[in-house]
Amino acid sequence: MKITTARRISQAFFLALFLWFCVVATVGERLWQLRGWPVNWFLELDPLTGLTTLIAGGSLYSGLLWGAATLALTLLLGRFFCGWVCPFGAMHHFIGWLGNHSKDPKERARRNAPHPAQQIKYFLLAFFLGAAASDLAARLLLGQGAAFAAGAIAIALVLAATRKGQGRDFYFIAVGVLLALWAVWSMAAPRGGASLLAGLLDPIPLASRSVNLALLPLADMPLRIAWPEPRFYQGAAMIGAIFLAFLLLNLWRPRFFCRYVCPTGALFGLLARFSLYKVGKREARCGGCMDCEALCEGACRPAGRLRPQECVLCLNCLSECPESAITYRPKPSAAGEVAPDLSRRRVLAGLGVGLAAPPLLGLGGLLGPNWDPRLIRPPGSLPEGEFLRRCLRCGQCMRVCPTGVLQPAGPSFGLEALWTPVLNNTIGTSGCQPRCVACSHICPSAAIRPISLAEKLGQGEYAAQGPIRLGTAFVDRGRCLPWAMDRPCIVCQENCPVSPKAIFTRVAYQTVISGLSAGEAGGGELAVSGRALRPGALATGDYYLVAGEVRARIRANTNAALSLEPGPGWHTPTPGSPVAVQVRLQRPYVDPARCIGCGICQHECPVSGKRAIRVSAENATREPRHSLLLKGAGPH
Amino acid sequence: MSGQGKDLDRREFIGRAAKAGLGVAAVGALAWWGYDGKGPDATSGAAPSVKLPSYAVRGRERRLAIVKSSHRVPALRAGLEALGGLGAFVGAGQRVLIKVNAAFASPPALCATSNPELVAELVRLCKKAGAREVIVTDNPINDPASCFELSGIGPAARAAGARVMLPHPAAFASYSLPGGRLIQNWPLLWGPLEGVDRVIGLAPVKDHHRSQASATMKNWYGLLGGRRNVFHQDINGIISELGRMVTPSLVIADGVVSLARNGPTGGSLEDLKPTGTMILGTDQVAVDSVAVGLLGLSPSQVAWLGLAQKAGVGTTDYQALKPRLVELG
Ligand code: SF4
Ligand code: SF4
Repeated sequence: MKITTARRISQAFFLALFLWFCVVATVGERLWQLRGWPVNWFLELDPLTGLTTLIAGGSLYSGLLWGAATLALTLLLGRFFCGWVCPFGAMHHFIGWLGNHSKDPKERARRNAPHPAQQIKYFLLAFFLGAAASDLAARLLLGQGAAFAAGAIAIALVLAATRKGQGRDFYFIAVGVLLALWAVWSMAAPRGGASLLAGLLDPIPLASRSVNLALLPLADMPLRIAWPEPRFYQGAAMIGAIFLAFLLLNLWRPRFFCRYVCPTGALFGLLARFSLYKVGKREARCGGCMDCEALCEGACRPAGRLRPQECVLCLNCLSECPESAITYRPKPSAAGEVAPDLSRRRVLAGLGVGLAAPPLLGLGGLLGPNWDPRLIRPPGSLPEGEFLRRCLRCGQCMRVCPTGVLQPAGPSFGLEALWTPVLNNTIGTSGCQPRCVACSHICPSAAIRPISLAEKLGQGEYAAQGPIRLGTAFVDRGRCLPWAMDRPCIVCQENCPVSPKAIFTRVAYQTVISGLSAGEAGGGELAVSGRALRPGALATGDYYLVAGEVRARIRANTNAALSLEPGPGWHTPTPGSPVAVQVRLQRPYVDPARCIGCGICQHECPVSGKRAIRVSAENATREPRHSLLLKGAGPH
Repeated sequence: MSGQGKDLDRREFIGRAAKAGLGVAAVGALAWWGYDGKGPDATSGAAPSVKLPSYAVRGRERRLAIVKSSHRVPALRAGLEALGGLGAFVGAGQRVLIKVNAAFASPPALCATSNPELVAELVRLCKKAGAREVIVTDNPINDPASCFELSGIGPAARAAGARVMLPHPAAFASYSLPGGRLIQNWPLLWGPLEGVDRVIGLAPVKDHHRSQASATMKNWYGLLGGRRNVFHQDINGIISELGRMVTPSLVIADGVVSLARNGPTGGSLEDLKPTGTMILGTDQVAVDSVAVGLLGLSPSQVAWLGLAQKAGVGTTDYQALKPRLVELG
């Protein structure tokens, strides 16, 4: 078997496995459902997810250890992950092949020639690492005092100055200013945020998000395998469009994403320069047919001086060279190698912009006074600051959520929260189900930490601390039927799953027809005059006739007579005395001490557009500073 | 060449003219086919409408059995026996629909949903009576798949050989209750009902803040789709219309343990009350009149029972049906 055939089999296998994991991330016990399938495995293999959560969140959570294995293997083999395992890479590879294999070899060689834009991914990597490290670095800096700030700036400038480039003072100034700004900020704001922005472009989170939230719901619409009902994700069009755009760009340049964008590829590239085994030429010279260049996926110039950091180990060159001039061995290419052209200034600039990004994003005040009450996070979520340092935006929680209440946050939540999970209680089949903890167990980075049902419900050993609250429901009295429109309803109360219910009602009798006077009584009926009634309209069991202080339920009515069901103390009103019709309303109130913020009431509220009862994030357990109630000061 | 040229020109012209003519004709035909001088009317886009037949078994009207027992499955068996056996209701080769209450994603111990063992036993008995197919369905309030799994109804019903049908947009059809006020052009969970011969309602007895009680009539609520919660504005009206909508073969109210407060969701074992009674019958009003008694209500206090009786669904005077009483202890 040709080595490239083995590679194709491996790519197809891992791509199929990746898609399979996306399908089986369905709560349930059947074979094709979540019952121990390692659905996070690809996310865990991706070392950038591990590295950035380690830097930003301070620990390497559980399965993310796999990333270390990937890095170790990369040090031995080079970028095997890109060419042999990465499912996103396989998609690029295939589409690039579709778009280019029939082109003339010269044109293909031109498209596969190294391009300076391949450096962009390294700067993106620097940026994402900088953003992840922002808070950590600030804390280290503060610990050692302000001297470090000056020191850092000085070092940056010295490093920059060692490059002799003339007329490029711009970089010195830019880097210096950025670092200075950041240093000043980090001294002034000790608990600044970091943000795991890497998830925006990190390939496995990107592919997971796109498949989970756009591709799968689309494919499942007619198939109904993953979900019994159609699944909706707000803003899925944007997620899908970005995914499609990256796929289509392969028609212009094969492996566009891998070559120019992929920050994980950049991380691999930095190591692959030093990997034990490398692709390379046996001899410096060869026939010069350039067949290899027409096939090179990584754009690394196998016929000339090779760029090992770009080589994705597609091994097309090795397999197709008519002279077998190319080998894979523990030795650099005989024709020499070219290191990445990474000017220190640019890397520093990337790092600097990255470091400065979280404080810049922080100016929006999301973690401070401008916290967004719409950011209702899934149960078990860390406090917002820590959450943002860990959330990969991979969409696994939103995929697994049986009700579909978990949605990707749109741009209106701010760039730092883009595509992170947020509860939208009007979409999906229900609010957050009290007896479900699926999202907390699938989360690959513990941004939603794993919780037990007992902890969520506040039972057993968690009885003292009570259930996990996601927020609190508020009745909008301007929209609520019994409050604003004299119509009975209390669907919210009915559906509140808490026992005793977090919604209680108070009865109010509201006069809806006045100016009536009592007429003759007889035959179980009471005549009324003053206004014609709509026959049958008062027969719903919710209407009462009030005479003085006492009421009788109306059983039936004609336009001028009522059939009554006397209540306690009722006596037939004297003819001519004033009477009125009242509706009996049960008006809902929320007890914030009981409400868990599950949003089921909001989901069921019959005011179907903007609901008359809505949950917002006040009083969520995860953010004590947003608590609503004074301990021990309530009536119960 | 030049001599033939003219000929060719002419021929070419004719060919081109024919093509152009075809094109014009095609455009005209398309426009003719699609032309609409009036614009769409108000009912456009409505789902196809369906009618619900009566599922009552002839000669078995006005039957009622009340079983006192603290165990569900023996109570079910004894109750059916008292009514003449399930074979009196389900015949060989028939398709039977069991409408359960799977409204909430809560475990069976909380009694907010039909008991799974009871569902399974009923499925088995239907099969034993010769049913060709037994379908179990509901359109729950919480997430449907989770409701059927967590309530235990889905696995139990499947294991007993039933087909569990979850709601899906394509399973709904538009339905209007003849003479109804509320249920007009409303989405009905038609898929599971299509082609069935018998319909059995199996519901727990539960407290309900708005309607006071929920038993077998309120259980048909789970056949409605759409934003059905608007009906809570007239809860008594909708329950009595539901009683008119479905004329079942048999209904069973499970009050062996009732959800006596904090209903209809419950959520705590403390909300339950052992009431030791299962009521089976063909008159839903009578069955529910017995059921509300388990919650300490008299039928006259419950407005929807009165409305349903007035609409001719059944009688609240259940003693008039001479109920068979069975005591199992
Ligand atoms: S715990 Fe709530 S938000 Fe999380 S998956 Fe379950 S239903 Fe969805
Ligand atoms: S959000 Fe609060 S009030 Fe609403 S249903 Fe959930 S617990 Fe009850």
